Amino acid sequence: MSEELQALSAADAAAAIAKGDLGRGELFEHYRARAASDELNAFTWVAESMPDSVDGPLGGVPIAVKDLFCTEGIPSQAGSKILAGYCPPYTATAVANLEAAGAPILGKTNQDEFAMGSSNENSAYGPVQNPWDRSRVPGGSSGGSAAAVAAGLAPWALGTDTGGSIRQPAALCGIVGLKPTYGAVSRYGMIAFASSLDSAGPLTRNVTDAALFYRHLVGRDSADATSVSFPEPIALPTSERLDGITLAVPAALVDGDGIEAGVRDSFEAALESARGLGATVVSCEIPSAPYALSAYYVIAPAEASSNLARFDGVRYGLRVDATNLDAMYTETRHDGFGDEVKRRILIGTYALSSGYYDAYYGRAQRVRTVVASELSAIFQTADFIVTPTSPTVAFGLGERTADPLAMYLSDLFTIPMSLAGTPAISIPSGLSDGLPVGLQICGPAFSENRILGAAHALERAIGFDGSSAWSAL
Amino acid sequence: MIDRDELLHVARLARLALRDDELDSTAAELSTILDHIATFDELDLGGVEPTAHVGDVDDSLRTDEVRASLPRDVALAPAPAVRDDGFLVPSPQGE
Repeated sequence: MSEELQALSAADAAAAIAKGDLGRGELFEHYRARAASDELNAFTWVAESMPDSVDGPLGGVPIAVKDLFCTEGIPSQAGSKILAGYCPPYTATAVANLEAAGAPILGKTNQDEFAMGSSNENSAYGPVQNPWDRSRVPGGSSGGSAAAVAAGLAPWALGTDTGGSIRQPAALCGIVGLKPTYGAVSRYGMIAFASSLDSAGPLTRNVTDAALFYRHLVGRDSADATSVSFPEPIALPTSERLDGITLAVPAALVDGDGIEAGVRDSFEAALESARGLGATVVSCEIPSAPYALSAYYVIAPAEASSNLARFDGVRYGLRVDATNLDAMYTETRHDGFGDEVKRRILIGTYALSSGYYDAYYGRAQRVRTVVASELSAIFQTADFIVTPTSPTVAFGLGERTADPLAMYLSDLFTIPMSLAGTPAISIPSGLSDGLPVGLQICGPAFSENRILGAAHALERAIGFDGSSAWSAL
Repeated sequence: MIDRDELLHVARLARLALRDDELDSTAAELSTILDHIATFDELDLGGVEPTAHVGDVDDSLRTDEVRASLPRDVALAPAPAVRDDGFLVPSPQGE
């Protein structure tokens, strides 16, 4: 039975429970046992038993939740030593929405500290291994969520994406990851990194699961003033064709240095599949893309330097005792934050400081305007922009840790959409030397239904099978 | 480029202690990143307005009603130190 259970997608499992063919307790225990025996370090906490859960359209199919989300009475450490053992007094709206739809919490997943990283190596709780090759990273920052789904330790998972933190790990682990339109999902209770960029979204085994999960995630929340009502219901995708659809490929970006040959081959094959489904592929340019990376690495650290001021040893988390208040602040933050978080706090503080504000933060905000208007212009004539999700497949553990800038370049293809606040999905396009490659499909704001439809059609045509990454059944 | 003195000033603003043996390596890393960031100086941004927020938020006001909030004991529970229903911190002047 366990192999049959494992083979069910989340949507299929929910349907089987609704029909009475599968017990929700049986499903929960199947995944709980797998999560509890996790050898990838994907989980930082696993439930000991099935929590009381409500009947709902998600049918009792359990969720793995990135540790960036506050969950009442459950450790929520955001990958940081400064929040070691922290159990929040309330639950994030995104998690509460999923619980209310019938999805109980299976566990909390490992991540880069405060979502700052592209490899999950910046976690105070240790790196996560990629289930396709345990000597490689799963991507980041939602690395634990991606590895858990790819390895079949969880049916699906909640992650967050600020500059690519859902899409890139989904690509490197051979699963589906959706970054929503900014504001479509409440940020309340999601420990803040860069508030104007942070988005919560699903990491799933297939596109239908992503749509089902996302349907219950979206919505205006009075506790998050930047959240908005999604203008239409999220549909389960049925598209099998791409007739009349125009895909725009940013040629200079995709043909640039640093993109691996195997990634380019997989991308070209995906474009050929799209043509076979009736799509038209055209070339486009995002001239500001290389500068988008610079703008992102000013804006995100600037917002982070402000958001992370709250970790001061007063109200929660680590406190390093000192003889006066100021020393308590500075020593707590010295000992509690990891190297990458400190780097970003310092960059952000510098960029916002007197004398540098206009040259860095002001300029970055103007670049952001240019990026958004370039994407918007492309959407005047094309339905979607498509790129590889990441320029490379999963890299080796430790390979880029000594060079923060090289790590930042992992996000080259995902950052423009983050700055523009537009939605994008990553789906597997195939393998390169046995490692997954991701295809990114980006559309204008609130085009998630159309993105999911196109992704569904391509998923069927590509026929990717990720089951070989499930650890021994 | 960012030198030791500038780094110490920024760390002070960020309330982040740095040890002597962390200064040179941190300054070098930050300089590399800032040099890369500075490539955006090549762009002509004349007449371009800044974007602080991508969405249109026009319904962010709620009615001014008193609503329940976290009970005090629950809010204080995760604190490292409390006294008399408040957060306890060391004296600003020192012991």
